[in-house]
Amino acid sequence: MASTYLTKSKSFIIHTLKSKLHYTTRTSHFTNSLFHHRLLHTLSPLPPVPKHANYYSIGKDYVARRSHATTSASSQINQLPVESPSSQILDFPGGKVKFTKNMIFTSNSTEERVNCYRVLDDNGQPFTDDIDLLKINKELALKMYTNMVTLEVMDTVFYESQRQGRISFYATTTGEEAINIASAAALDNNDFVFPQYREPGALLWRGFTLQEFANQLFGNKHEYGKGRQMPVHYGSRKHNYITVASTVATQIPHAVGAAYSLKMEKQDSCVITYFGDGGTSTGDFHAALNFAAVLEVPVIFFCRNNGWAISTPVNEQFRSDGVVVRGKAYGVPSIRIDGNDALAIYNAVCEARKLAINEQTPVLIEALTYRAGHHTTSDDSTRYRSVDEIERWKGDQNPVKRLKKWIESKGWWDNVAESEYRSNIRKQVAQAIQVAEQIEKPPVADMFNDVYDVPPRNLNEQEAFVRKTVKKHREDYPADVPL
Amino acid sequence: MASIFQGIGAATSSLSSSASFETKILQFNSLRSVSGRKCGSVVMRAGGANMDSGSNKIGGRADQLVTNAVATKADTQAASTASKPGHELLLFEALREGLEEEMERDALVCVMGEDVGHYGGSYKVTKGLAEKYSDLRVLDTPIAENSFTGMGIGAAMTGLRPIIEGMNMGFLLLAFNQISNNCGMLHYTSGGQFKIPIVIRGPGGVGRQLGAEHSQRLESYFQSIPGIQMVACSTPYNAKGLMKAAIRSDNPVILFEHVLLYNLKERIPDEEYVLNLEEAEMVRPGEHITILTYSRMRYHVMQAAKTLVNKGYDPEVIDIRSLKPFDLYTIGNSIKKTHRVLIVEECMRTGGIGASLTAAITENFHDYLDAPIMCLSSQDVPTPYAGTLEEWTVVQPPQIVAAVEQLCR
Repeated sequence: MASTYLTKSKSFIIHTLKSKLHYTTRTSHFTNSLFHHRLLHTLSPLPPVPKHANYYSIGKDYVARRSHATTSASSQINQLPVESPSSQILDFPGGKVKFTKNMIFTSNSTEERVNCYRVLDDNGQPFTDDIDLLKINKELALKMYTNMVTLEVMDTVFYESQRQGRISFYATTTGEEAINIASAAALDNNDFVFPQYREPGALLWRGFTLQEFANQLFGNKHEYGKGRQMPVHYGSRKHNYITVASTVATQIPHAVGAAYSLKMEKQDSCVITYFGDGGTSTGDFHAALNFAAVLEVPVIFFCRNNGWAISTPVNEQFRSDGVVVRGKAYGVPSIRIDGNDALAIYNAVCEARKLAINEQTPVLIEALTYRAGHHTTSDDSTRYRSVDEIERWKGDQNPVKRLKKWIESKGWWDNVAESEYRSNIRKQVAQAIQVAEQIEKPPVADMFNDVYDVPPRNLNEQEAFVRKTVKKHREDYPADVPL
Repeated sequence: MASIFQGIGAATSSLSSSASFETKILQFNSLRSVSGRKCGSVVMRAGGANMDSGSNKIGGRADQLVTNAVATKADTQAASTASKPGHELLLFEALREGLEEEMERDALVCVMGEDVGHYGGSYKVTKGLAEKYSDLRVLDTPIAENSFTGMGIGAAMTGLRPIIEGMNMGFLLLAFNQISNNCGMLHYTSGGQFKIPIVIRGPGGVGRQLGAEHSQRLESYFQSIPGIQMVACSTPYNAKGLMKAAIRSDNPVILFEHVLLYNLKERIPDEEYVLNLEEAEMVRPGEHITILTYSRMRYHVMQAAKTLVNKGYDPEVIDIRSLKPFDLYTIGNSIKKTHRVLIVEECMRTGGIGASLTAAITENFHDYLDAPIMCLSSQDVPTPYAGTLEEWTVVQPPQIVAAVEQLCR
């Protein structure tokens, strides 16, 4: 009889997943037993299925391959059962299933939603006194807090500069500062980041300077993207932060591919990818989660569930219990966390990283938060939501304020330091804007470079034509764009 | 060195052409010279010594070219006939051979697609590779083309060199977002920081009653995407060479194969060789008219060429191979010689490769033309299932003969 047995790693994964950290585990049928039988158990008077029946070999190749298939001399053949019908088991391709005589449809929603992991309460006080659980010393806490403040100030000033017409476009991260900074803080600098477009904080944490941000926003010749992309589409190879593309959720399969390359090269790092609640409706999200689970690659899927996809609220985006339950559907360990609680995010991502790398498994994190700003500078969110709602979330639920309460209660920070720091950053950002504005734009040659590794003939011709035209009609072209 | 053509299923009249051409050995050390098509820098061996029509050697003119940035060692005719005779194989085996050699050479090369692993690929191009190189390197994926293409792009950005197989090119329509918005663009929009050395390949074209959805010619749709390169193979020799070149290229390359050409048999050299991605192939030199074609239509054209030769015409047949960018150098030289152009393609009339090629030729070589450019393409209809109707959507040799006769009047 052909049977397959699971490798040690798979049973180890299951064992670890069942441990205390409130992760919903993937329920896999063939983890229930070590041996996988291929016999049909039934009360009907059918003859027993012959040993090598092809009907059951559909899934065999998959299981066999993943488990370095060998045939074992197991003789645990269950004879026609004497127990009652409801405890009979059917061996379908993909695993054992118990029968039931009750025809019950699973309901479309559960009364009780998945709980949300949180460390600090509304007043910034931890639920627990367990210092180990907090894992954060003064230096790290202050670094996280100051980065969050920098992000907040940076957003305000850059947004204003767009309003003044100095840059063409901007998207704030208001309300999601904790997600940005705390998740990046939990990662290693070698971990690849595949952002959507609302995660500049991860870059900031890794050392991207205010000047570098400003350069990208102004599209000047010093920025790494050579002025080719819109503002906020940052990208930096040296920080392992992949360039932002405007397309929604296309980065999710990219992240799975990058995790696959890490697995192939046996690297000790993982990949993280961010997306919003709206992004989880796309085809790419579902297929990527499915792939990651099948391929067993080290990727952290971080969903910023901020309640709004431009003007679409979450109850018009999906009817499931948020995003966290989708992980279970694909066999991905998942957790729901308080996205305005920096410490919870830090803890969860730390643990997710360990899980991803040690167990070579994807992890889904749904962080509940609120998009306190507009979608971008092209949006006025008061047109579809009440000002009260926005103000409420900008108030005490604000992640920056909550973390501030905690560090103040520890005596590590105070209002004096706060105002000093803020005004300092504001000056620096304003300075960066001024400098960036003065720098030259990239030359016309950069319009044609990097389309291919070496420009082909037709592009060379087209470039020559553009140059000729510009030279001939110099007065019709902007003076600050060099050739 | 005859190239014996075997069609899938019953051999039909339209596919029984047996073009015999000699394959020359080419060795290119570097493949990065996309720019090498400027007039003054290509050296031609004098005299066209290989073009003796009497000796029945319709040869690859390509071996006489030396591209400027590349040090090539082009064998003379004497040397090539004295070299090893090579080995015979089918086109899909040639693709596999090229793939295997590249995977052997570079551990970063990997394959992803549906059923490429243990099943060996729907057309057996990856047969045996999963056993040799492990499941991880020859990856079976679930059915989501946009996702595994996206995966390939992500893997390429972080250092691997993936080859994405679309089971049928038509399925890549699902991956269009990833191919256009990310694959083609990310090298550019990241300021050159992230490169995407990916190869996307698969069979396309009109097959034997595969139905409308599985008879797509994707080269029409993809040709506009900036940042990608497109090549189409047509013989085992160029299939292997283009596969290797595509894998070694740092640009994203889409390699178009044809469902009906997988069982073509040819003798290819034992030595390692790589072809130039941007180069067209001279199939049959001639004087009266330039016929530009690629992929399966090459064989229809060659069959029509036999008829035309009997009628006293001397067509020059060029397999353009490089669909993006066009090898306007080879094409231009041919037009300057013959002054008449016929394009034979399988794409639909509207917006196909032929349409772009017509525009490119008109723009660049208008003064050299003695007659309007004629383009024979499939009609703008979904490919019918009925065999007789399907045959009529594809350009057949009699139409080609008639077109040449009309152009050469």
